[in-house]
Amino acid sequence: MSTAPTLAARAAPPVSLGVVRWIGFKTIIIREYGRIIRIWGQTIVPSVVTSILYFAIFGSLIGRRVGTMGGFDYRQYIAPGLIMMSVITNSYGNVVASFFGAKFGKHVEELLVSPLPNWVIVAGYAVGGVVRGLLVGAAVTIVSLVFAHLQVQHLAVVLGALLLTSLTFALAGFLNALFAKNFDQVNWIPAFVLTPLTYFGGVFYSVSLLPAWARALSFGNPILYMVNAFRFGFLGVSDVDVGAAFALMAAAAVLLFGVAVTLMNRGVGIRE
Amino acid sequence: MNALSVRGLTKTYRNGVEALRGVDLDVEQGDFFALLGPNGAGKTTLIGVITALVNKTAGEARVFGNDIDTQLEAAKACIGIVPQEINFNMFESPYTIVVNQAGFYGIPRHVARQRAEQYLKQLQLWDKRNGISRGLSGGMKRRLMIARALMHEPRLLILDEPTAGVDIKIRRSMWDFLRQINSRGTTIILTTHYLEEAETLCRNIAIIDGGRIVERDRMSSLLRRLHVETFVLNLRNSLSAAPPLERYAVRLIDDHTLEVEVSKDDNLNDMFARLSQLGIEVLSMRNKVNRLEEIFMRLVESRGDGARPAAPAAGRAREVAGAAR
Repeated sequence: MSTAPTLAARAAPPVSLGVVRWIGFKTIIIREYGRIIRIWGQTIVPSVVTSILYFAIFGSLIGRRVGTMGGFDYRQYIAPGLIMMSVITNSYGNVVASFFGAKFGKHVEELLVSPLPNWVIVAGYAVGGVVRGLLVGAAVTIVSLVFAHLQVQHLAVVLGALLLTSLTFALAGFLNALFAKNFDQVNWIPAFVLTPLTYFGGVFYSVSLLPAWARALSFGNPILYMVNAFRFGFLGVSDVDVGAAFALMAAAAVLLFGVAVTLMNRGVGIRE
Repeated sequence: MNALSVRGLTKTYRNGVEALRGVDLDVEQGDFFALLGPNGAGKTTLIGVITALVNKTAGEARVFGNDIDTQLEAAKACIGIVPQEINFNMFESPYTIVVNQAGFYGIPRHVARQRAEQYLKQLQLWDKRNGISRGLSGGMKRRLMIARALMHEPRLLILDEPTAGVDIKIRRSMWDFLRQINSRGTTIILTTHYLEEAETLCRNIAIIDGGRIVERDRMSSLLRRLHVETFVLNLRNSLSAAPPLERYAVRLIDDHTLEVEVSKDDNLNDMFARLSQLGIEVLSMRNKVNRLEEIFMRLVESRGDGARPAAPAAGRAREVAGAAR
């Protein structure tokens, strides 16, 4: 091994903690982005293929018989929901897989021994999830444009709903990864909670078609608010109050972030 | 100011095992310090508490004066850690791993890239920088963890068995590298089961057993305390029984090998003179174990099983010492 470098006298960390946090935060995002791109066949492609199948089967084949929904062509109606569905599953899936993988492979220790506070680590992973949600959302939007005519009515609503939804589910994925002790527990929530909530969240239909009891039940499903806020941004129609939907999304994101940081500070799932 | 100062540190795991039972320890700035102990003695738990990977039960620890309870970020910024187990992402390249690690310590990316080149070259990993880390050999993985730990140029470098499973040639080159790092002012704490490594590199030593520091001294002072050394003699002619060497404990290992215990009060000349009188010709001689190992075994074995928190740990103590022979 060749000569060691000259190590300058180091009386104190060379940069302020604020700079350390900012560079560390960016580094987590860069690492997450690198992971998404490195395994694009697992992170980007499946949602694109799935959305093509949904459009082909539900949109083109069955959709012709459905006619219109909410005053729009059925393919137009489901397009925002399908985009949002991919954003939800990918934001969640990215963080749960990446953080649990880091726990399982023990390389989460790289972050835990670093001077980054836990809130920066949580924020970094959450934004990593948002990045994947947006990348996949963009890809599915391109697919949607092939099958349906989409026009943005309220751009700020579209972007706001996208960001808040992906952030909320990225944080939810982080909590799942924090508690998970094995790969079964990583898959359990997406399979038995997230997928049913998404399918009953108004992606394929308007809740106005449901009987009263089912409609009332649907209003307890947070994904209904997210999908409808997003759809409002594109089509200008919604089954829920858009302001309430945004309040719900913002509150959920803040709450989940607070819970995740608190659990990290206590060492739940990461420290003995 | 000490690089590390630990007072009354205790750790009791949920299963009731007391891994640390009131550890007090100071490591001076610039020291090359050995922390030794049998498996299960508490070394890794102690390092885990210092690096915030393990929650302590009680006590305090300061890294360059920074309390890990109140100034954790500042304390962690001073530490570089090479853990016992491989803990980097096996699917990332060595270059990505070290550059990202620097980022976690606030090192700007352009500086991190320069340091990555510097350290990967010094640790002979530059040619492997873009491959998947999973494909590295065991020795390369260990060196990658050293490169990663140095990326933020820590003031305190903690090495938890850094040369485990590394061949002797690479181990010795790693020793030279670590000596250079230490000579530039970096404090190093080393745990190892290769006691020759600790004796060669370290100036001060602590031995931990059963969650307590049972010995803390300068390496030279500790070695002077060894009263008896055991030598293995290879003989030209075969023997059927151990020869009568009055002042020495002698064992016949096989017909061409003798084991002789020599007290510090005696000298080897007398022993060889007596062997010559008996017509026994010695072809070669070596220490049975190195001196530190001898002291380590005496300290650990004299404490007995009852002094340790769990029986398996005591069993492992003998197993480790045996393996080192």
